[in-house]
Amino acid sequence: MTSSETILLDKAAIRRALTRISHEILEKNKGTENLVLLGIPTGGDHLAAELAAIIAQIEGEEIPYGVLDITLYRDDLAHKTIRPLRKTDLPFSPDGKRVVLVDEVLFTGRTIRAAMDALMDLGRPCNIQLAVLIDRGHRELPIRPDYVGRNVPTSHEEEVHVDFDRDLKACAVRLVKP
Amino acid sequence: MTFRHKHILGTRRFSEQDITLILDTAESFKEINAREIKKVPTLRGKTVVNLFFEASTRTRTSFEIAEKRLSADAVNISASSSSVVKGETLEDTAKNIEAMHPDIIVIRHAASGAADYLASRLNCSVINAGDGAHEHPSQALLDLFTIRQHKKRLKGLTVTIVGDIAHSRVARSNLFALTTMGAQVRVAGPGTMIPPGIEKLGAEVFTRMEDALRGADVVMMLRIQLERQGRHLLPSLREYARFHGLNREKLALAQKDALVMHPGPMNRGVEIASEVADGPQNVILEQVENGVSVRMALLYLVSGLAPENT
Repeated sequence: MTSSETILLDKAAIRRALTRISHEILEKNKGTENLVLLGIPTGGDHLAAELAAIIAQIEGEEIPYGVLDITLYRDDLAHKTIRPLRKTDLPFSPDGKRVVLVDEVLFTGRTIRAAMDALMDLGRPCNIQLAVLIDRGHRELPIRPDYVGRNVPTSHEEEVHVDFDRDLKACAVRLVKP
Repeated sequence: MTFRHKHILGTRRFSEQDITLILDTAESFKEINAREIKKVPTLRGKTVVNLFFEASTRTRTSFEIAEKRLSADAVNISASSSSVVKGETLEDTAKNIEAMHPDIIVIRHAASGAADYLASRLNCSVINAGDGAHEHPSQALLDLFTIRQHKKRLKGLTVTIVGDIAHSRVARSNLFALTTMGAQVRVAGPGTMIPPGIEKLGAEVFTRMEDALRGADVVMMLRIQLERQGRHLLPSLREYARFHGLNREKLALAQKDALVMHPGPMNRGVEIASEVADGPQNVILEQVENGVSVRMALLYLVSGLAPENT
């Protein structure tokens, strides 16, 4: 069986989407006060760093960002082979913060459910928002993103991959058909 | 990267990749142990039975804390308060416990091979928390974790283990794990406590402790088991302390930044002098602290196997 591949977004398109999301985050939160970004590995952590850099360019103000590993909060531990844990790295307490979770692809919503549980164990954020580069549908939980780079209708069997270049900047989004 | 072990019976069966994965996983758990809420829901709904046929405070508490921080339900059984004293065999005890469907049994037993024996007869995962003079894998792994944290590597290090090598499961598990990771292991102790043939397992044998210490990166002191064979293999404790105990003068022979380790409980003034046990090079309490992270990693890794892989 051969698989075919389509490029959904190239580097420039990703950059435009992230820039728009940055503006939307700033608009909705009325600036950078108490605003923090939390990326979900693998991929979301790099995107969070990129968004933080763009927001710093726009507002002239650095906002903190961190990494939230959700492996231990997953609901499919018994069904999948183990994957190496990533370290959660929060350079701030989430108490009272407006936390924007950043993930590359939103699919079933189970990762985000796990991320919310993980975050709640670390503190009490003022609110939690969700930014994703790709929303591919097929939600299994009542979860919706606040910021979306691109909505992509997919079939269940297809896969969406986000590639990163050597500087850990997102450089392509690929749709892989089985 | 995958972990293909259903049981943790000893370090002898582990590859370099296995050990690296365990230590890396433990790093992540160390971060959780530093949090205000030191608990994750990973093993919710799993039951872990701690079956301890030998007295233990440190190891049992460490496993229990690890289980609770992973949200598993931990049940403790110690030999003195169980049907063992009524004459039940190990296999019957274990089979009865298994009938209640635990997911993991953590076992400590005085007989070498007890954990392997159970693993071959039960369906659940078995973690060896020390079996006779055979292996104590979680202790060795927490030792490696502690060494790696300080030295940033294991390959090429010289680790000197001093004491009753013949009866030490800690020494054996460390020897296997350290040599697998590319470290040099030296052993030293009274002739009665050095098992013949240990050099075939990769250890370099020294009769004088001073020679074994020269240039070492890590000095691991073993406990003289006064309640067991220790007494009969030694003329006197004073003599042991003089020839095989670690003090400041002897430690000076090792590298300046050599780590001093001890699996506990310590006999102060026998195998280790207080000036060293409390000295700046000791990482003894760090070993205990890291034990929880390493045991969380082991519980997590044996739980993660998909049924079809077992």
